[in-house]
Formats: sequence, C-alpha cells, structure tokens
Amino acid sequence: MNENDIDLEKRRFLTQTTVALGAVGTAFAAVPFINYLKPGAGTLESGAPIDVDITKLEPAQMIRVEWRGQPIWVLKRTDEMLTSLDELEPVLRDPQSDESVQPESCKNKYRSIKPEVFVAVGICTHLGCSPTYRPEAAPPDLGKEWLGGFFCTCHGSRFDLAGRVYKKVPAPTNLVVPPYYYETDTRIIMGEERT
Amino acid sequence: MSNCNCKNFASKLLAWIDERFPLSQVWNEHMAKYYAPKNFNFWYFFGSLALLVLVNQIVTGIWLTMNYKPDANMAFDAVEAIMRDFEWGWLIRYMHSTGASIFFIVIYLHMFRGMMYGSFKKPRELVWLLGMSLYLALMAEAFMGYLLPWGQMSYWGANVIISLFSAIPVIGDDLATWIRGDFLISDVTLNRFFSFHVIAVPLIIVGLVFLHIVALHKVGSNNPDGVEIKKLKDSNGVPLDGIPFHPYYTVKDLFGAVVFVTICAWIIFYSPEMGGYFLEHPNFIPADSLKTPEHIAPVWYFTPFYSILRAIPSKFGGMLAMFAAIFILFFLPWLDRCQVKSIRYRGNIYKIALGLFVVSFVTLGYLGTIPPTPTDSFFGAFFTIVYFGFFLLMPIYTRLEVTKPVPERVVWPLKPLLEREGWHWDLVRKAIATLQSTSWYRQAATIACGYWQNLQAFMKNNKYLRHFL
Amino acid sequence: MKRIIVTCLLLWPLLATAEVGAPPLESPGTDVYDTESLRRGAKFYVDRCLSCHSLKHLRYRRLQQDLEFSEDEMKQLFPSLERIVGTMTTAMDPKDAERWFGVAVPDLSERARALGSDWLYTYLRSFYGDVKRPYGVNNWLFKDVAMPNVLWDLQGEQKAVFKEIDGVTVIAGLEQAKPGKLSPQEFDRAVTDLVNFLDYAAEPAQLERRSLGKYVILFLILFGFVSYRLKKVYWKDVH
Repeated sequence: MNENDIDLEKRRFLTQTTVALGAVGTAFAAVPFINYLKPGAGTLESGAPIDVDITKLEPAQMIRVEWRGQPIWVLKRTDEMLTSLDELEPVLRDPQSDESVQPESCKNKYRSIKPEVFVAVGICTHLGCSPTYRPEAAPPDLGKEWLGGFFCTCHGSRFDLAGRVYKKVPAPTNLVVPPYYYETDTRIIMGEERT
Repeated sequence: MSNCNCKNFASKLLAWIDERFPLSQVWNEHMAKYYAPKNFNFWYFFGSLALLVLVNQIVTGIWLTMNYKPDANMAFDAVEAIMRDFEWGWLIRYMHSTGASIFFIVIYLHMFRGMMYGSFKKPRELVWLLGMSLYLALMAEAFMGYLLPWGQMSYWGANVIISLFSAIPVIGDDLATWIRGDFLISDVTLNRFFSFHVIAVPLIIVGLVFLHIVALHKVGSNNPDGVEIKKLKDSNGVPLDGIPFHPYYTVKDLFGAVVFVTICAWIIFYSPEMGGYFLEHPNFIPADSLKTPEHIAPVWYFTPFYSILRAIPSKFGGMLAMFAAIFILFFLPWLDRCQVKSIRYRGNIYKIALGLFVVSFVTLGYLGTIPPTPTDSFFGAFFTIVYFGFFLLMPIYTRLEVTKPVPERVVWPLKPLLEREGWHWDLVRKAIATLQSTSWYRQAATIACGYWQNLQAFMKNNKYLRHFL
Repeated sequence: MKRIIVTCLLLWPLLATAEVGAPPLESPGTDVYDTESLRRGAKFYVDRCLSCHSLKHLRYRRLQQDLEFSEDEMKQLFPSLERIVGTMTTAMDPKDAERWFGVAVPDLSERARALGSDWLYTYLRSFYGDVKRPYGVNNWLFKDVAMPNVLWDLQGEQKAVFKEIDGVTVIAGLEQAKPGKLSPQEFDRAVTDLVNFLDYAAEPAQLERRSLGKYVILFLILFGFVSYRLKKVYWKDVH
C-alpha cells in the first residue's frame, strides 16, 4: 500500500516534468518553423528603397511608381491646390493627421516634406482599391464643394490633395505617406527616411 | 474548484464525441487495452521511430515546398535560397535530407528485426507484405525526391536508373520515354517527379502505414522469443505476458525517441553531409546534361541493389536481378520452412545464413559506392550469389534446422545485459573486462564513483530531485 | 597481426589518393570562425577571382553581416555597388568565357562543398609551366584545366619534375622555377584564407549551425534523462 503511494507520486512528478520539458522543447522547435514563413532576404531586398527622379514633373502632374508592390503617387501641387487645403478643413475627419500613418517629417498640413510635392501610397484606406486623381474643381459627379483631390470609385471615399480623408465616407483614415527623403532637389529616395 | 470544472467539462466533451465517433473505443483497442508482449527489446524501437521520421519528412517537406520551385532553371537556386535567404531554411533542409537517410537506416533495422524474430511468419504474412510494399514506396519516394535539388548527381543518377527501363526488350525505349515525359531527363521529368514526391507517394505511404498497423493489431505483435502471447490469457482475457501499450510502451518509446532525436541532432548540427553519404558532393554542382560526373552511383541506401545490377554482365539481366533481389523479400514467409519463429530457438544453420545475408548486404552496399575494379567485381558477383542463395536455398536448409524447444512463456524478467548467453555477449563481456582492466579506467571510475555518491546523497534529500533516483 | 592491421589503417589515406601521378591532397587547416581570415579571403576573392567567377548565391548584405565589414569597407571592396542589395554576380558574359577559355566559367558558391577545401587548396597551388597549353600553364591536380594561373605573380612560377613509372611519364612533384611577390609560406597562408572564405561562402549557415548544436543536444540529453526515469518508474511495476 505504502509502495504504491510513492509510485503514484513519483509517476505523477516525472510525468509532469516530462510534459513540461517536452512543452519547452516543442516551443523551441516550433520557432524555426514559424520564422521560416517570414519574407526571405530576396523579398526584403526587393522591398528596398527606390530612386524617383522628379526633374520632369510638371505642375498638377502626378506620376505613379511602384515600391514594395504598392502604387506610390508623386504629385506636383500648384499654389492654388495648396491654398485649397485650408478651405477643406471643416469637412475632413482628421485634418491634423493624428490618426493616420505618415513619417514625422510629414505630420503637417501639407503632409509632405516640401509643400509643392506630395508623396502618398495610392491605396484607399477603406478596402484597398486605388483611388483616381481628380484635380479639377466642381466636376458634375463630385459636386460643387469638390476642390480637387482623390476619389475612390469602389465605395465613394474622398481624399483631398494632401490625402486627408473626408468625413462621412467609408475610409477611416488619411492616405498613408511612405517614408522618403530628398537626396537632391530633384531626386527622391522612396522607402527610407533620412536618418 | 476550477480543476474539478475542467475535468467535468473534459469528460462531458469526451462523452459527446464518443456518441458520434469511436474515439475512446479506438484509444482502448489500439493503445490503452492493446496488449503487447512485455519482453520487447532494442530491436522493437524502430517501428515507432519510423513513424516519427515519416512525420518529420512530411512536416519538413511541406515547409520546403513553400519555397521550392520545380523548374529545371530554378530548382537548384531555390534550394540555395532556402539554405541562405529564409530564416532557419538550412535547418529545415538538413532535417529533411538527414531524415531521408535515417529513414532507411531505421527501416533496414526494422526489417532485420522481422527476419531475426520471424515476425513475417504466420499469422503475420500480410503485415510483412504491407511492410515490403511500404519499402518499395519508400524507395520510389526517395528516388524521386533526389531529383528535386537538380544537382549533377540528381540528374545523372536518375538518368542511369531510368535508362534501366529501356533495357526491357520491345517496350523499353517507349517505357523510359513515358516515365520521363521527354526523350531525356528534363524539366518535364522534374515537374512530374515533384508531383509524385510531394503528394502521390506520400498518400500511398500514409495509407499503407495505416493498413500495416491495423494488420499488426489484428494478430498482435510478435516478440523476441517468438511466443504467441495470446495463447495464455488470464481470467479477464488479458494475455499473461501482455502489458497495455499505453502507458508502458508510450513511455518507453518516448525515451527511445529522445535518444534517437539526440543522435539525429548531432548529425544535423555537426555533420549533415555525413562525409558525402547523406548529401553527396557532386550534387553541389548544378545539373549539366553535357557533363557526366566521374563516378555516378545511387545514394547509399540503394547501393546493395546497384551492386547486384552491376554483377550481371547483361543490361537487361542486371535489371532483372536487381528487381528480383528486392521482390524475393516478398516471398520470405513462404521460403522459410522452419516452424520456430525466433532466432533464439532456431538452429545454427539459420543463424549462419542470416549472418551471411547481413555480410553480403553490407558488402554489396559498400561495393556499390565505389567505382568497379576487377577485384571488386569478383566480390560483387560472389556476394550476389550469397544474397540470392540465402533466399533460394532457404526452403531446403530451414527444413534441416535443429531447433531448440520454444518456451510457453516469454523470458521474463529480461536478463541483465552482462548475464545474457551467446558468443556475441561473450565478446561484449570480454571487451568490457579489457576496458575495465586498464589503469586509466580504474582511475576515472573511482573519481566518477565519488561524484556519483555525493550527487546521490544530495538528490536523496531534495524534495524534487529524489524522484529522479 | 594487430600491428599489420594498424599499419594498414594508417596507410589507408595514402592508398586512397594513390592514383598514379596525382598529387597528394594537402589540408589548409581552415577555420570558418576565424573572421579575420575570412575577411582577408573575401578581399582576395574580390581582387583576384570575382571578375570571372561569380558567387551568385552569396548576398552582399550577408557577407557584410557575417564578416563584419563596415559600410566604408564594403564601398572599398565593391566600388560600383550603389546599395548593399543583391548577390555577388560577375559582369562576364558566358559567351565571352566560352571564347576565351573554351568553357563557361563556373559559379563558385557551392564549389567548396562539391570539391572539398583540401582539393581547392591543393589545386590553387599546383599550377606549373606548360608551353603546350593556351595560357602557358597546366595544373597537376586538374589536368589540362582551362583556367589560367591568376595567382602567378604572388606564387611565382613552378615547373614540373617528371619521372617514369611503367614506361609512362608522370609528374613526381613541382619545383619553384621563379619566385613570386610572396614567400611560399605567405602564399600558402593567402590561399588558406581564400579557401576558408570559399568554405564559408558555400554554407554561411554553418557559423550558426555549429554554435546552436550544443544547446540542442544538451537539452535533449537532459530530456533524455528525465524521460528515462519516467520509463523506469512505470516499468518497475511490470512483473
């Protein structure tokens, strides 16, 4: 009777120790299998920063480049476009860009490093369609209050010429501004902030 | 309190499942109330280890497939990317390549156990046949898997083996073209071998493993004494020499698995190439259809059969001999006429014959790894004859065996290693005695004993550590 | 009897390479954990080998991390590399290689694993003068190799010493005919560094693999001990 009791205790202790050690071992063994799924060096390097040359960028012209598989817009804004930004503040959800994603250098009303050049990720923050560039004021389909900006045809979200989202549209936040910096006045490095 | 609730919930959940699915029934039939002989020895680890290696190959295989490209222009580079660019890719690759070779070591030892203890005899012939089918499937799986890295040895090894099929008269060339999907080994072949290796053959293997275990559990496991434990049961219907698989063999196989994984870990982390046997040197050069390597040989686990192939001077004859050498194993249950199952009670004739078989298999294996020279060719032919002789003469010499009486009950308790009988154990004892007589051993032993005494005393008094004594 | 067996076992390595006329393989004594050696080897490779032999599976970024090169050192090694992205390819057109050498120039990413560091070490030091070859050199280990001796200025020139065996002329050894910029020991050390680097390049993961292995095995031994005691405590009750 006595012997049996000790055995059960020993069995239980050793079983628990084995299970505990086994769990630890399994956890360590799982790490390689989980980390293996992370993007490989090739993928990470293809997400490396790119050069954008804006010497030939005309006022009100927008070009699209690709970075990390995403469309990036580079827009040369005119003075009129810049003044219109102030007028639109009442209809915007987040005019101070408190909730949106942008580098520190772009947390201003122009949402850019230099006011005249606007850089943004051309993906609507609602469900991922790419909005259209609508620089013209008061077109028939967008109404008289439209002073220029980006309109997403998928579900009707509206953004101004600084990518700031309107109130009462499906998109929740302003367009994402990627990290970038000016190597020279006419060369932007997209994908990295200047350290 | 919450512990009680947990247990309550668990038992309710189990009841819910049992009404809809034979979970407890299967658990009992195959684990908690499956009675296995209590005298399983070292040779009985290899079945569960084979299952462990299979799981390893499947899991690491799935992971590798995430980044592998079965295209002749991309395959080699994809493997390089796995080794260099993906986190831990090197580890997963080595686990897979080491696992492949280890699988064959485990299976050969598993099959040898069957040959020693008569596990292929009535009523277990079907278990043996299913196992042999598994062996064939495994060879196909390994052969096709080896093409995937698309190295020089991958390409040229596959080339040699597939061209064997062209040796068949009349249909040979068409057959080889049909297998390849092309007139030479190419991207087409690579793609279809990928399909077979990744899904078709693994499904077949998993299915066969299931059938193999079901067939085994129907008749019950054999044991090193070859005694049928189901003949003597107690009043509850439990074999007198049987113990429930769970917990006794789950716990023993767990220990065996840990030792096994430790050895594999040593290989994976310190010597994954194994001197060029597990990862062959020429395979680090991308496949080049215009440049034949100096010496083409299949991977080590195929070399015994490759030797047999080379021993016959005719191309078609060699191919027939090679396949015959594999298929003759299927007939073992009917070639062996001895009524006694285990080698422990069989006559010396069988012991010598089995020993010769092992010597010939290993020698043929070694000869298959080196380029043929005249002396080696002679030994290749000689041991081919010994190999076939073992099987073809078996109906004769097994009838002449002078067997010992087989006990009613298994030999239990197992004798400690040092008290066992047999000339092989005598050798072991002699070796140990010589070792113990050396002065450095005696010095080391006294020091070690001292440490152990102290450690034991300390552990005895510790609340937790005493459980480990 | 024991002595005969021992002598045979000791002589076995010699027998293994006892092809008539082939040089014995010499071992460079490389150590991939010697980062300084790897750095010297990498620089040597970039100077002397990279113009023809690509290392297309070795990433610049990986090279920088493992060999601890600073940004400046990387700029010095690879002046035309704008950003540390991509792998060590060469500019040589394979068609040009065929024209100049008769064969495509092989990539060396995995060469150390295909041939072994002993082979590479012996090969690089076994060139000798041979007027019959297009580039004036032949190699004792790799007969009629298409590669010229790119290290001739460092090693100097060697000439072959021949002997007769069974009526066949074979090379017995190589002798220094003209000295090079480096002494024989310095040259051997430089080649050791180069082979060490190629060893690393063939498997950068080996640095991590060996250092991690001991922890895995220690854990498994501990786990093995615990599971052994668990087995014993259950089996105590089997009678």
